[in-house]
Amino acid sequence: MEAISKSTKKKDHEAKISGRALYVDDHVMDGMLYGRLLRSNKARARVVNILLPELPDGYYVVDKNDVAGINRVHIVLDDTPVFAEENVEYVGEPILMVVGPELKPVERILHEIVITYEEQVPVLDMRKSDTVFFNYNYAKGDIDQVMREADQVFVETFQTGYQEQAYLETQGIIAYPHDGRMTVRGSLQCPYYVHGAVAKALGYEAQAIQVIQDVTGGGFGGKEAFPSILACQTAVAAKKANKPVKVVFDRREDMEFTSKRHPSVCTYKVAVKNGEITGMDIEVLFNSGAYTTLSPVVLQRGLICANGVYRIENLRVTGRAVKTNTVPTGAYRGFGAPQTFFAVEMMMDHLAKKLGIDSLELKEKYMVRQGDETSTSGKYHFHVPLPEMIKRIDELTDYREKRKCYQQQTGRYRKGIGLSMFFHGCGFTGSGERDMIKAVAKIRKNADDTVEVLASNSDIGQGLKTTFCKIVADTLGIAYDQVYIDNPDTDRVPDSGPTVASRSLMTVGGLLQRAAAKLKQEWKTGQEQIVEEHFVEPDFVIPFNLKEFKGDAYPTYSWSVNAIEVEVDTLTATTKVLGAWGIFDVGVPIDLNIIQGQMQGGFLQGIGYASMEQMDYNDKGIIRNNSLSDYIIPTAVDVPNLITEIINNPYTHGPYGAKGAGELPLVGAAPAYVEAMENALGADLNKVPFTPEDTMRILQGADQG
Amino acid sequence: MINFILNGQEVASHAKVNDRLLDILRTEFRLTGVKCGCKEGECGACSVILNGRLVNSCLVAMGSIEGSTVMTIEGYCETERFTVLDKAYAAVSAVQCGFCIPGMMLASECILAKNPNPTDAEIREGISGNLCRCTGYNAIVEAIGIAAKEGQGLW
Ligand code: FES
Ligand code: FES
Repeated sequence: MEAISKSTKKKDHEAKISGRALYVDDHVMDGMLYGRLLRSNKARARVVNILLPELPDGYYVVDKNDVAGINRVHIVLDDTPVFAEENVEYVGEPILMVVGPELKPVERILHEIVITYEEQVPVLDMRKSDTVFFNYNYAKGDIDQVMREADQVFVETFQTGYQEQAYLETQGIIAYPHDGRMTVRGSLQCPYYVHGAVAKALGYEAQAIQVIQDVTGGGFGGKEAFPSILACQTAVAAKKANKPVKVVFDRREDMEFTSKRHPSVCTYKVAVKNGEITGMDIEVLFNSGAYTTLSPVVLQRGLICANGVYRIENLRVTGRAVKTNTVPTGAYRGFGAPQTFFAVEMMMDHLAKKLGIDSLELKEKYMVRQGDETSTSGKYHFHVPLPEMIKRIDELTDYREKRKCYQQQTGRYRKGIGLSMFFHGCGFTGSGERDMIKAVAKIRKNADDTVEVLASNSDIGQGLKTTFCKIVADTLGIAYDQVYIDNPDTDRVPDSGPTVASRSLMTVGGLLQRAAAKLKQEWKTGQEQIVEEHFVEPDFVIPFNLKEFKGDAYPTYSWSVNAIEVEVDTLTATTKVLGAWGIFDVGVPIDLNIIQGQMQGGFLQGIGYASMEQMDYNDKGIIRNNSLSDYIIPTAVDVPNLITEIINNPYTHGPYGAKGAGELPLVGAAPAYVEAMENALGADLNKVPFTPEDTMRILQGADQG
Repeated sequence: MINFILNGQEVASHAKVNDRLLDILRTEFRLTGVKCGCKEGECGACSVILNGRLVNSCLVAMGSIEGSTVMTIEGYCETERFTVLDKAYAAVSAVQCGFCIPGMMLASECILAKNPNPTDAEIREGISGNLCRCTGYNAIVEAIGIAAKEGQGLW
């Protein structure tokens, strides 16, 4: 193990364990008002009239007319209204906000407001949508020819559902005007996203906005773009009332009306000739919900992963993110990859059965190696450690033996084991880092020789405060305690880009390492010094072209192999996870405990996605699973045997050899779990979550058959 | 007036009988270590120790706590047992976003108070009412196991 990988006490350990850490809802300001949103209860309608009751003193109604700037939240395409205009496009769309010194009267006022709608027929099913928000296609080789010449073409469709981030701390923002400026603080991942959005909505100059991240109780993507929306609404209210305004969602509101993972439908057509896979023609469909939010980038990542880790020379991938009158979907750990990796892994598994060979054998035959082309005609520039990972998984689980042995089972309890292999592209998709983000990071040495890290990336539980400080301290050769970092405040930190896409540590951590190396050379004891570094794309990268969808979508990849073993009770249709094993390559871990924590937490989230996290809307477009009793996430007893191991595979261009880590562990759990269920049930399965109800359906079908 | 003992001090609250203990602790007593994750008894973020037992303070009505003893993380922090658990949690970096952690710490205390030498399965059972979305629980289970060993005689 490298020295840097040795674990240290986390920078934020003490504040959090003692309960002293202040999250947004823990802040109270003088004269603060509390806000609640009034939301559409129709999936698609024209708002004909709004009838307001008389307001007591000190209470305000805030709506589109109070938006001094542009009534659109700046995300990518800027189509999400801050407050609804004539039309509402989903159940939950914010129409107005009521604010006042106490919540009870605020709630009473909300109940007294009467909205008249002219209802229209909503589009709820993504397959029936006629509005395509985004559409990307790419191809290589000659797919039409291999389809024509194939001995057989196998066609299958796979579905994935919503996943709710279910961070323990719900969304919350406080906004307060002062000195002609507006300060916004709260639970968020990307301070500069919020900064840009609020400036636009208020019609303020950038300098007039300050955004501070409070200690954040989890994000997982859910606090990437969504806080920009709530921040705009809260800031508009604070400006109107000229007082601090706090809005914190309750759990049901958070689950029903904030963004979640895109549900998907993927159709795979695979050409086989002489027992060889000769081509794949893949169609990917993502449900974007009512607005575009982050869908273009989620779709891009999903498409890039559509052929998995396999060498497919003739490939066509077409993808669409479509509009429906449902809650807008957005970022979630894995960002499009869990959906398509599920589909391709299941497709390979089903193909193997049809070709009469073992599924791992088929996967091994096609998996990529260093130097191979990526799906988008880029290159896998570095070592691909899949073979040694498979070997290790087999040692740990006896996978090959068990897989065979579980094929013929009778009796009430049946076991199954499944395996997935996958990657996660490290960093922002395509040329985003180079062309849009242009990250800047700084370190400042104070006169007392302590060093402060200045970056806009937020610690939302993934340990960034600790890993950033370790990188700087180690590079400078000074004590870890001599280096510190505060939560980002846009008045103090440069824009180092968002806390997303497994980029913070690899990309920004890299800038900090360079800055520290420079400071070390120029170090002047007792003097204040500042060093700033800017992102430069590594030379080896084949530039990505979005129009052609060609080039290196990522400079490098983090790799993993997962195996999951289950036991199904065929009487009750319930499933026990007997074991879950994950081997992960994240380059050099900057802190082994932190990396293990990321891998274990992400892996369990993935198992939840695969097995129990069921969320759906009814025929009115209302999400029904809106509480933690209706939407079940794993507890400590669900997967007692979850084992994660890290292999060492340094990335030459990452700080100390580190790569992206945060998203990887969620990507491959679903296919490993569902393959295990197939192995136990002796059926081909094609959806996640795969719940006990689904198991029951299979069992009953088998009985009838 | 509702009288009870809060973190070792006798206190009197102006709360109404149907106010939630959770809200009163957070607003009237400014004990913000008690977190609100759901207000429905599902997440355990609002855990406190009430008369020696772990409860979800969002499900406790103020009317029922007259004469009771309530301990929150702020009070627990002052104990020797906290110090042992704190060290164990730090050693395995069990704290991620931290939102579940005050509740987890109080759950850890209740597990060890009942059984100073719990098995991993007993530990998992003991924290199964406290959701954590970040850690996957392994590190927390490990930390409680370490505290059980290091804190011999304390529980
Ligand atoms: S807030 Fe009490 S259990 Fe969730
Ligand atoms: S550490 Fe985030 S919920 Fe447990």
